Order: sequence, then structure tokens, then C-alpha cells
Amino acid sequence: MSIEDYETVIGLEVHAELSTKTKIFCKCPTKFGAEPNTQVCPICMAMPGTLPVLNEKVVEYAVKAGISTNCEIERDSKNDRKNYFYPDLPKAYQISQYDKPLCKGGFIEINVNGENKKIGITRIHIEEDAGKLNHNEFGQGSLVDLNRAGVPLIEIVSEPDMRSSEEVDAYLKKLKSILEYIEVSDCKMQEGSYRADVNVSVRKKGDTEFGTRTEMKNMNSFRSIVRAIEYERARQVEVIENGGKVEQETLRWDDVSGKTFSMRDKEDAQDYRYFPDPDLVAIRLSDEYIENIRKNLPEMPESRKDRYINELGLSEKDANFLTSSKAYSDMFEKAGEICKNYKAVCNWLNSDIARILNEKEQEPDQIPFSAENLAELVKLIDDGVISSSIGKKVLDELFANPRSPKQIIEEKGWVQISDENAIKEVVLKVIKENEESVLDYKAGKDRVLGFLVGQAMKETKGKANPKMLNEMFIEELKK
Amino acid sequence: MKVEKEELLHIANLARLKIKDDEIDKYLLNLQDILNFSNIVNNANVDELKETIGERNSSNVFRKDEIEEFDNIDQMIKNFPEEQENMIRVPKVVQ
Amino acid sequence: MDITELTVHELQEKLKNKELTVTEITKAYVNRINEKEKDVQAFITLTTDDAIKQSKEIEDKINKKEISGDLAGIPIGIKDNICKKGVKTTAASKMLENFVSPYNATVMEKINNENLITLGKTNMDEFAMGSSTETSYFKKTKNPWDLNRVPGGSSGGSAAAVASNMVPWALGSDTGGSIRQPAGFCGVVGLKPTYGLVSRFGLIAFASSLDQIGTFTKDIKDTAILLNVIAGHDEKDSTSANVEEKDYTKCLKNDVKGLKIAVPKEFFGEGINEEVKDALEKAIEKYKELGAKVEEVSLDIANYALAAYYIIACAEASSNLGRFDGIRYGYRTPNYTNLKDIYVNSRSEGFGDEVKRRIILGTYVLSSGYYDAYYKKAQKVRTLVKNKFDEIFKNYDVILTPTSPTTAFKIGEKSDNPLEMYLSDICTVSVNIAGLPGLSMPCGVDKNGLPIGMQLIGKHFDEETILNAGYTYEQATKFREKYKAELKK
Repeated sequence: MSIEDYETVIGLEVHAELSTKTKIFCKCPTKFGAEPNTQVCPICMAMPGTLPVLNEKVVEYAVKAGISTNCEIERDSKNDRKNYFYPDLPKAYQISQYDKPLCKGGFIEINVNGENKKIGITRIHIEEDAGKLNHNEFGQGSLVDLNRAGVPLIEIVSEPDMRSSEEVDAYLKKLKSILEYIEVSDCKMQEGSYRADVNVSVRKKGDTEFGTRTEMKNMNSFRSIVRAIEYERARQVEVIENGGKVEQETLRWDDVSGKTFSMRDKEDAQDYRYFPDPDLVAIRLSDEYIENIRKNLPEMPESRKDRYINELGLSEKDANFLTSSKAYSDMFEKAGEICKNYKAVCNWLNSDIARILNEKEQEPDQIPFSAENLAELVKLIDDGVISSSIGKKVLDELFANPRSPKQIIEEKGWVQISDENAIKEVVLKVIKENEESVLDYKAGKDRVLGFLVGQAMKETKGKANPKMLNEMFIEELKK
Repeated sequence: MKVEKEELLHIANLARLKIKDDEIDKYLLNLQDILNFSNIVNNANVDELKETIGERNSSNVFRKDEIEEFDNIDQMIKNFPEEQENMIRVPKVVQ
Repeated sequence: MDITELTVHELQEKLKNKELTVTEITKAYVNRINEKEKDVQAFITLTTDDAIKQSKEIEDKINKKEISGDLAGIPIGIKDNICKKGVKTTAASKMLENFVSPYNATVMEKINNENLITLGKTNMDEFAMGSSTETSYFKKTKNPWDLNRVPGGSSGGSAAAVASNMVPWALGSDTGGSIRQPAGFCGVVGLKPTYGLVSRFGLIAFASSLDQIGTFTKDIKDTAILLNVIAGHDEKDSTSANVEEKDYTKCLKNDVKGLKIAVPKEFFGEGINEEVKDALEKAIEKYKELGAKVEEVSLDIANYALAAYYIIACAEASSNLGRFDGIRYGYRTPNYTNLKDIYVNSRSEGFGDEVKRRIILGTYVLSSGYYDAYYKKAQKVRTLVKNKFDEIFKNYDVILTPTSPTTAFKIGEKSDNPLEMYLSDICTVSVNIAGLPGLSMPCGVDKNGLPIGMQLIGKHFDEETILNAGYTYEQATKFREKYKAELKK
């Protein structure tokens, strides 16, 4: 049998860091990128005698995420300890949730190749992040930085409902955009604040039992996840086709070689010995509390999408594109509001901006300039101050060194020539220098006009107003 | 329940403790003794009862999301058994 | 007048009347320590030099009227599992031999706010696991009544230090009897408050759902005064109770007329020493004389409670002690080549036998396959124990039992048999399992001249009733007056 006779089954455990000001159980700041061990205190360093106190925002954010993914919110929840030893885990247990997660039984809807599909959410629970191990290439050991220890996370566990890497990609993007819309996580993948454990298994098409799954931990790029799933799918099929058995294990995806490797020492069987954390008390949420959060949720992508189509007249494709990322959607709304040309803003985002991000392998939230900058760019073109081809150059500048587009075109001398006399001067000069073409034009070869306009553009280094040039040539050639 | 030697060694490994060969019998005996005694809990008629989780049956103890930086990080770093660049040095972790 | 024989309220009186100064008091205690510590061995770390310096500063401030509090300058001993900033806090373990706490426990902040002077950190069983203070890595504390005997445990250092007048009072911690039993063995007053009354923040955890900081004093009035200092809600401890603040000295009425005392017959049965029984029966007679209504009841939970106690306490401990791993602080083995060596060797070399034994038991009962049979069952038994106490407290105000089945045993007598040692906690653990307040006070001596302890158990957050019951008995019997000479030696 070939790989086409197999079906891939994928389930995800997504970890999203919550964008609270402080850690989950202590008052340390959570800001990314601080010097090692400067955002720590006796609690997150697990000094003897210290105790955790739960950050109220963590519960609120998790409930928001639960409501937004159609989950049931658990009225009676608690924290449990997951016990294991690792240098990045200061207490030798992670405070997590075991049998009573805050949210259960939801779903989100994805769209792949024009088809809608519901992906089940098993549960969402709160837990603390671990610290960071810095592996020194040249030195003898690893260095532990505990700034991240205790940063709040939600873990979103999906049902094994996905059947292809495209579906996984769509699910991850949709989930990310939901979390961004409700403002519970900034989901910065490059900072590790949105990452996934990917569970993959294969089975022969038509089988009802799942195959044995392998797990790839802590993946934080869409591209790698897709590649890893494709690799793992092919590897598992090959194992089975060769008469072997897929082993249940944790794998590490290596992006450089494009392969997975076995990670854990199999002799070290894990047993996390979960039990309720006696240092913390129950979390009991009232209907009123949950209703209050539901009422105050910000506008979700679906609703924005409808508005874009019905009120702003965008196509469904454009609306889908814009709402796929909160960063796009926010920039679209803000820039459109300022320049009043929503369509143009959409086009910029959809074509050039998306292309450049793609080239740079960056995410929409990494756009370095502001919505105000983009609005100004659109306005400059609409007002005829610059041409759209100059606009593209301005955009490159905005990516390279963000500043006001006005300032850019002044610095670079890119202002469009719209002065009638100046235009006329160039037109006359071009007519004079291309007598043969003029004769052709007059003999009825209309196409020559384009050539003449091109010459004039060359002369003005692209700054002449093309509409005026066109009109002026027609007028002058009539003479 | 009878505790076997392999089980004891597995448990010790989970707890990151080493039991020397000449101590195994003593540990087995102690553990068995205490487990036999503790087994009394299985004679108690508690089927109808809920578990007591934590001592106080309270709920919803939360803290405001407000930053307070700790002012004595130096003393914590002084306690590191091996320190390098403000971090804790450990033998290379194979990932 | 021997200053170190006085209670704290007597010292306060003399400070107020200018009969004594703060420096005189501190010096007297430092001298007493210099004289007695070599025999009793109650301290792990002495901070007497700092104490003398601090006493001068406080005296100065009092003279300049910069501080007023009526406890300023009174010395105190602190059990060495309570973190004091800038001072070694070892929990009597090799694991923390050189650990200097970067922060203060909440009770330590309260002690500092009252300008109490810490004379030292007292000896204990390693990580509070033991009933004799013999499992300390550093030294064996002796019972001041008989230096061949244990002071009890785990807060044996605090109990012995108070009994031998090296401090006027001390803090301890009680997980299954660790204040009450040594108080009983050393003939002093020990109070384990209701779970949640005193913040646990900064107390090195043994079993989080059972641990509670409490007091050792020479009499009940001092207990009330010290409880006033340490009790109160703390935002840093999620399990701390938000109850109204009280002045516990106000409840000492010296009157128990109409007080309903329950005496559970099971606590006077098998395994209880005859002399202990006799002393308790005399105490019961005394209460009757004083007008209390004493009745025998049935409270058939002692064995269940003890079994549940060891399961729950060890399970929580196995997790709580995971952080002692040689990574961030404390003992790191010199014998390692890889990460796993650091974990296994640091922990195996840094922990003593009793600690390891309990971690193993705790890991076992939490491990997959056994959780339901042991841990979950124990949690249910815990509910059962609570319910039984609730039933009795529907009709009674106080429950009276012996503190321990026996008086202080000889050093080394039980240290080879863990189970036998555990059984000596039979009278005290159910109080922790139910989270109730328990008071131990002396009610007699046996034929060897060793003190016998009486335990008074109260309702949740009703420390007042047991303090008044104890105070009334104390005023009527004057135990301390009779045996003062004994302890002066």
C-alpha cells in the first residue's frame, strides 16, 4: 500500500502565554527579554517556605479563552501539582490542573480549501511556565534562567480531529487569532509565547481505531509544524509498511536536518503523581462572573468579517484574509478610519505587506510601522503626491526604517511632479527627441503613446504624474 | 499490598533517591510496616464521604495583577551552588 | 531575682516599672545560654551577639520614646524551619546547612515589628520529621528534666530552650503534634492554633495542609500574648483565614463554671501509660471541682487519623521536598558527572534516613496504581475525622486528652523503630487532620520526675475557650511554682 492509503490523525496541545503583567503565583513582572534572573523572587525561585497566590487575571483570561472557543466553564475547579525533576522547574513540581480544568468540551471552526470543519477542544487549563535553559555551545554546562518560571500559560488541548497538516495550520492560525482578538495572549511565536505539542498517528483509511501516536514537543513555527507532520506521517507509514510497529514516544523535531529524533530516556518511566495542591484553594466561579466576562468580550473575527463584507463592501476572500490575524485586522480598521480608503488599505496588506512578511518569515504582529503610517501612504497616493510605484518604494522604506511616509518622500525627493508647466516641459522635450515615434503616432500607431509616456517617466525618474503626462501627450500630439 | 524490591527501586528513582544495596531490606521492611498500618484507612467506612482537599474549605483566594519587584535577588544568587553570568550552572542537559 | 525564671508578662511588668532594662534582660538570657546550652543543645544557630547589639539599640529608642510597643526588647527563640532574612535557616538538615534566607517569614516580620529580640534558631527534627529531635543533622537536644531523655519533637529545641530558661518563649511548628508533644515532655505550655490562624508563609513546608506555626511559653497568659503577635490574615498565604483580630488575653477569665468538657475514652485505652492516665484523671477531678461539666464520650478515630496522617503528610512532603535538589540552593554533591547525579547524590547525601523514608512512602502512595487506595482514601478518612469532631463539638466546648501516651523516652530508645515512633503521635495527629486548635500544658509528673502533658482541643478558631480552660486549671494548680526549682538546675 502507498502513503495515500493511510489517514493521518493529529491532535494538538497548544501552550499560550497569557499577557498578564505579573506571573501566575507571584508579583514578578513577565516582560520578555530581561537580563537573566532579574524577574525573580523567592516564590518563583522556589525558596524554602514560600507559597503561591493565584493571579485573578489568569482565571479571567482562561475563562475568556474558554468562552471564545465554545467551552463549558467549570464552576468548581482546582490546581494540582505535577511532580518531576528538571533544572528549569524550581519547585520540582509544576502547578497545573489535572482532573478539573477551568474549561471543557468546546470547538473552533476552520476553513480548508473552502470547506468548513469543526475541531473539538477537549479542555483548557491554567498552569505555570518553566524557566529557560541556555545551552552553551562551547562551555561545559547549561545555564538556568528563571525569569520565565511562573509566567502564566493556558494549555488548549484539541481532540484528535485533524487529518492533514493543512488542517493543523488552519487550526493553529485560527486559535491564535482568537486569542489575539480577546487579548489574552500576544501569541508571539518567535518569543515562545505560542507553541504546540503535536501528536501524530496514522491508520489505514477506513479503520476506526487510532494508531499509536508520537508526540513532538514545544514547536513554535507554523512552517516547522507542517514539515514535521509531513515527515512523521511518512515515517510512520514506512514503519508500518515494513512490518514494524510505531512506538509511543516523545520526539524532537530538528529543523535543520528535517527529521525527528527520539527524546526521552525510555528507562526513566514518567509518573507525575498529580495531586491537589494543598497550598491553594478551590476556584469556584459563579454564573454571574462567567456571564460578566461573556458580555464584555471584544468583537470576534467572525463578526468583523461580516462587517467587512456587508458594510465596507470587501470580498469574502479579502475579509477572510484580514481577519485571519488580529494584527492585520486592527491595522486595516485603524488605517481605513484615518484615510477613508478601506479598499486601498486592504490591497496593501493583502499584496505587498503580506509578501514582504512572507519573504522575511515574519508574522503580521511584527509589522514595524504603524497604521497611521500606512494611512498616510494611501493618502499620498490618493492625493496624487506620489505614484503607486513610488508607493512601493516607500513601503520598503517603512519596513527598513519606519518613519512618516511624508518624511521619506521628502528625504528621497520622491514627490510626484504635478506642476503643469514642468510636465509640459518634459513632454515637449520627449516629442522633440523622438520625431520618428511622433510620426508613427500620427500615422495611427496608438501604441507609441505608451512608449513616449515611458520616456517621459524615465526623464523624471518616475516622479511625473502619469495621468497628467498621458493627457498632455495626447493634447500636444494633436497639434 | 506487598512491596517488591523492584517497586521500591522504581519509587526511589522517581524521588531521585539512591538506596544502597545493604539498605534495601531495611527500607522494604519499614515501608511494608507503615503501609500495613496505613491500610487501616481502607477499613474506614467512607464511601459516602467527599475528600478533604487542603485543610480549609475556602475558595477564590486571588491576588491583583500588580507588579512588585523583589529587592534581594543578590542573596538568592549567592545561594546558587554554581553561578555563571547570574545564572545557575548545571551539567549539560541533553535534549 | 533570677530574670530568666520570669514569664514574659512578669518581664513586661518589671520593664514598665523600670525595675529592669532591656539590656539587662538580654544579657541575663545570654548568660543563661552560655551556662546551659552545652548540656541542653537546644540551638542550631545562636544570634546572641546580634541580640546584645539589638538590645542596646532598642533600649536607646525606648529611652528616646521612638518606640513604644510593650513587647520591645523581649527575647525569643525561633524554630529553625522559620525563615529569617540574612540568617541561616537549616530545618536541621545537611541539605540547608549553609542556606541563608533571602526573605522573612510573615511571622518573622511580625516579631520584628514588635521589636522582639531573636536569641537564636532552635534545633528540631530534620524538616520537622520526627517526635524526638533526634533526626536533626546537627545535634541531639536533651530534655532539661533529664538529660538522658529526648525533649520530644519535632520542635524539641524550642521546648527545651523555654523549659531551661534560655528563652522566655519560642516559636515552633506543629504538623502532627510537633509543638504539643515536646511541650508535654518538657513541662511547658504549647499551642497549635487552628489551621489558617497563623500565616505559613516562610515556614519551610513539611505537610502544607497540616503545618501550623505556634507557641511555647511558660504559662497560658504568655501564650495569649504571643498569639496576639503572630495571628492574623496574610495575603501571601492562600490558606490563611480571614477572621477578625482578637485580643487573646481578654479571654483569660479564671472561670470554667458550666464549661462542657468531653473526655474521649479511646484516648485513655491501650498503650497509654498508667501514670499518665492517673495524672489526667486528677486533672479531670480538678475541672469538676472548678465547676466544669466533664463527660466521657466516644471518639473512635485515633488509628484511622494516624494512618491518614502518615499517608497525607508523607505524600505532601514528598512533593514539598522536591525543591531540595541541589540546583538553586542548598547542598550540591561534589560527586557528579551528569545532571541525574546531581539530583540523586545531592538528595541521597543531603537528606537523613527519616526524611528519605517519608519521601519514599509519600512517593509510593501518590504513584500510579496506589493513589486511590491510599491517598484518596486518606482524604476521605480526613473528612470522617472532621465529622466526628464536629459531632462532639455540637455538645461540648473542649475535648480533653493526654498529650502523649507516655512521658519523655530515653535518647535512642525508639529511633530504630519508625512505626513505634509514629504511634507516639496517636493523641495529637487527629487535631491536625481536623485543623483544630490544640493546647498542651503540664498536669503532673511521673515517678521519674518527668512532666505529663494534658491536651485541650477546641473548636475551629475558638482558641479563647481552650486558653481560658487552661488558664483556670493553671491558676488552680500552680504547676510551675511547684517545679520551678527543678528546672533551675
